[in-house]
Amino acid sequence: MELELSGITKQFPGVLANDDVNLRVSEGEIVALLGENGAGKSTLMNILYGLYTPTSGEVRIDGEPMNFTGPGDAIAAGIGMVHQHFMLVPVFTVAENVMLGNEPTQRMGWLDVRKARKTVRDISGRYSLDVDPDAVIEDLPVGIQQRVEIIKVLARQANVLVFDEPTSVLTPTEVDGFFEIMNGLKADGKAIIFISHKLNEALELADRIVIMRRGKTVAEVNPADVDEEKLAELMVGRPVDLVVDKDPAEPGEVVLSVEKLVVFDDRDQRTVDGVSFEVRSGEIVGIAGVQGNGQTELVESITGMRPSLGGTVSLKGEDITVESVRAIHKRSVAHVPEDRQRSGLVLSFTVTENIVLDSYYEEPISHGIRMDWPAAEEQAERLVEQYDVRTPSIDVAVSTLSGGNQQKVIVAREFDRDVTFVVASQPTRGIDVGSIEYIHSRIVEERDHGAAVLIVSSELEEIMALSDRIIVMFEGKIAGEFDGSATRTEIGLAMLGSRSEEVAS
Amino acid sequence: MTDADAGPEADGEGEGAETDQTGTTDFLARATGVGSSIKQAITVPALALLSALIIGAFIIALTDVDSLKLWGDDPGEAFRSTMSGIGDAYRALFEGSLGSRRALTETLFAATPLILAGLAVAVGFQAGLFNIGANGQMHIGGMVGLWVGFSVSAPAIIHIPLAILGAIVGGAMWGGLAGLLKARTGAHEVITTIMLNFIALFLVDYLLKGSLFQAQGRNDPISKPADSSARFPTLFDGYRVHIGFLVALLAVWFVWWLMYRSTIGYEFRAVGANPEGGKYAGMNVAWVYVAVMAVSGGLAGVAGSNQVLGLEPYRAFSNFAGDTGFDAIALALLGRSNPIGVLFAGLLFGGLRAGGIQMQGAAGIPIDLVLVLQALIIMFIAAPELVKAVYRIKAVDDGVAKGVTTGWGS
Repeated sequence: MELELSGITKQFPGVLANDDVNLRVSEGEIVALLGENGAGKSTLMNILYGLYTPTSGEVRIDGEPMNFTGPGDAIAAGIGMVHQHFMLVPVFTVAENVMLGNEPTQRMGWLDVRKARKTVRDISGRYSLDVDPDAVIEDLPVGIQQRVEIIKVLARQANVLVFDEPTSVLTPTEVDGFFEIMNGLKADGKAIIFISHKLNEALELADRIVIMRRGKTVAEVNPADVDEEKLAELMVGRPVDLVVDKDPAEPGEVVLSVEKLVVFDDRDQRTVDGVSFEVRSGEIVGIAGVQGNGQTELVESITGMRPSLGGTVSLKGEDITVESVRAIHKRSVAHVPEDRQRSGLVLSFTVTENIVLDSYYEEPISHGIRMDWPAAEEQAERLVEQYDVRTPSIDVAVSTLSGGNQQKVIVAREFDRDVTFVVASQPTRGIDVGSIEYIHSRIVEERDHGAAVLIVSSELEEIMALSDRIIVMFEGKIAGEFDGSATRTEIGLAMLGSRSEEVAS
Repeated sequence: MTDADAGPEADGEGEGAETDQTGTTDFLARATGVGSSIKQAITVPALALLSALIIGAFIIALTDVDSLKLWGDDPGEAFRSTMSGIGDAYRALFEGSLGSRRALTETLFAATPLILAGLAVAVGFQAGLFNIGANGQMHIGGMVGLWVGFSVSAPAIIHIPLAILGAIVGGAMWGGLAGLLKARTGAHEVITTIMLNFIALFLVDYLLKGSLFQAQGRNDPISKPADSSARFPTLFDGYRVHIGFLVALLAVWFVWWLMYRSTIGYEFRAVGANPEGGKYAGMNVAWVYVAVMAVSGGLAGVAGSNQVLGLEPYRAFSNFAGDTGFDAIALALLGRSNPIGVLFAGLLFGGLRAGGIQMQGAAGIPIDLVLVLQALIIMFIAAPELVKAVYRIKAVDDGVAKGVTTGWGS
């Protein structure tokens, strides 16, 4: 069993997404596919999965050319894909999800649920996945949901497994478990393609690493021969500084003070449960934690987007607990939101229109209710230049920009004034190494200019690299506070709180 | 982490990942729909019109019984006869809409309320709201306008603007009510505006039988006539087109300015495209919903005033707004929610309306064919994939469908 993508070229109008790409994976082998966003990984995988037809080139299995016209063909040929965003029905059980789209039936079209449950148990036992076929998806932790996705793929007899950024949603412990599963699959003779941007994981897991840049395969390396620096350089095309360069913090006066804050989420759950902390000017405080432990609601509450049900938030000694988003923004607060596409940008708007998203109502962008578009365009031109936003023009819809450049638009908009307090959620989620480096340096720059900075990230590496102080949130409470010298293990343990037993079960 | 990046690589993370690859400096170009370029905005409607006319031709052919009978005996003659039937019909349609001064003015006359009501719906679409209530807003606006028209006495120069203002206020309140319900309770505007249509319709019937409105000495539901000083004067002697058409043109300019040149329109469009983004930017999303529906309703109100102050008998009667409020939805779609697009769509529909009457008279084709044509146009507009497939066009983005779906999704 050998899968080969040979000379794949995919031309989109105006974009050469894949340019003579070659990728080969054999049974019992893990190949890591590394590349920045926009390097062409997704296009390549969509071709492999039958969603796109290549302009030229071939997909071959055991030397046999394949002609996929849709995912159905790819699945039939033994290719399985575990997407980054799970495709599970939350209210169905594991067994029901696994049989979905491939329902075993008895006579008269009766669903054979028993058979589906047996399939789940068999696969789960064989690879020590430890998944209960009768559990309902929405009750399961993310790590287990991912295993359900793996079972789904295996239940369709996949021999080639493609994992798209599989570890981005997992806790450190779950990542360890996931690696064991991967190695189990490998030992069983599966061919695995592992798409990632995490250099350390590729080094640890893969037998071979293939690096793509601008639609081309630029290198194929043996993990033993390279280190992270080298990989990053191959990905970006120039030497990259992986360590955030910063001087020790010089904390000044207290800027943000949160006291016994209580916030409920959309489902009326007490998601932030009496949290108190302070951020001083000239320091970066990082909030670590597995996603969904109240960080989102905490930030929303601080920035005025979500009402709090108890406690206070004050900025430079003034109570801002009940102030509106706009009033807080006017207090020189910069907010880089967690999800740039959901709230940070209006995707169908142009770069210009997004640049003025939270300043459109004031001079010089508008006079009364009259928008001054020339002024807005001037500002957009200046910021695009200053913040190195790569865009063909300021008049294209921001949806056409890469993730990193979309994020730069937000950072430019938020940092382009005297900022006293910065709150940035997942500031570098899903963006390329070059942009990460740039955004990190801007954040440190704001700190050095005397701003108080609060960073929320589910990437422990990012928190550790940036923060002068680290707070760990678990189930709505502060589960630990560390200074910059804390180890990964210490913080990792705090992130798991009391839930460690559950995850292991 | 995801590849939510440029063009083909984008994997559709988050909502509304529209792609609009064409950028021009002119804001007018973007003014052509909720996220589509000017070329895209024209191509699909033009092809939709062409497709509708072709299918319309088949309908004429298939219902032309005399010609059909000939096919057995003399296919050549049958073909000639069929083609001449189609030709006669479309010639009459053309002549009745553009062929003479009378035809042209009738087109403008018919287009006036359509343009105004179409603008009302388009403003809603731009802000992500599906205002199905133009009909009700026309009725209420029209009634208030009429009331000003017969209860106030003033010279025309004051009376007419005052009556239009009354219509705006009436329509804005009726529309704003739906906006308020959405902002306060989350009630979907599609449901509330439909229901408010019924309430308005029967409220008009009720009022027409009360002493406030009912014509003296009448038992049937018909109102007093508007004073002559409140009636819209015609633009040319002997032709029906009146100053309402100029008001409609003014409204087109106003909507364009509001949507693309004012902070209010910027907020409307931002909230329409991404309410969460609007909230993040400090906009008062609830207020925007109320404001959008009020502006939309106000425009519909002006359309309503046209129906009572712009044509015989200058009175209100049961369901005086007719189907205009619903044709407006089709029109806004055809005009891609853009004020200039709505202007042209309104002229097209007005032309079809005016020409249809001639077609019925001269070629004996029932005017209902016009409604079939209208419906076909909209069907093709609503299914751009179909048009793309038929004419083998690539990469025509469907800004309209997006505008509508955001309304449903909220």
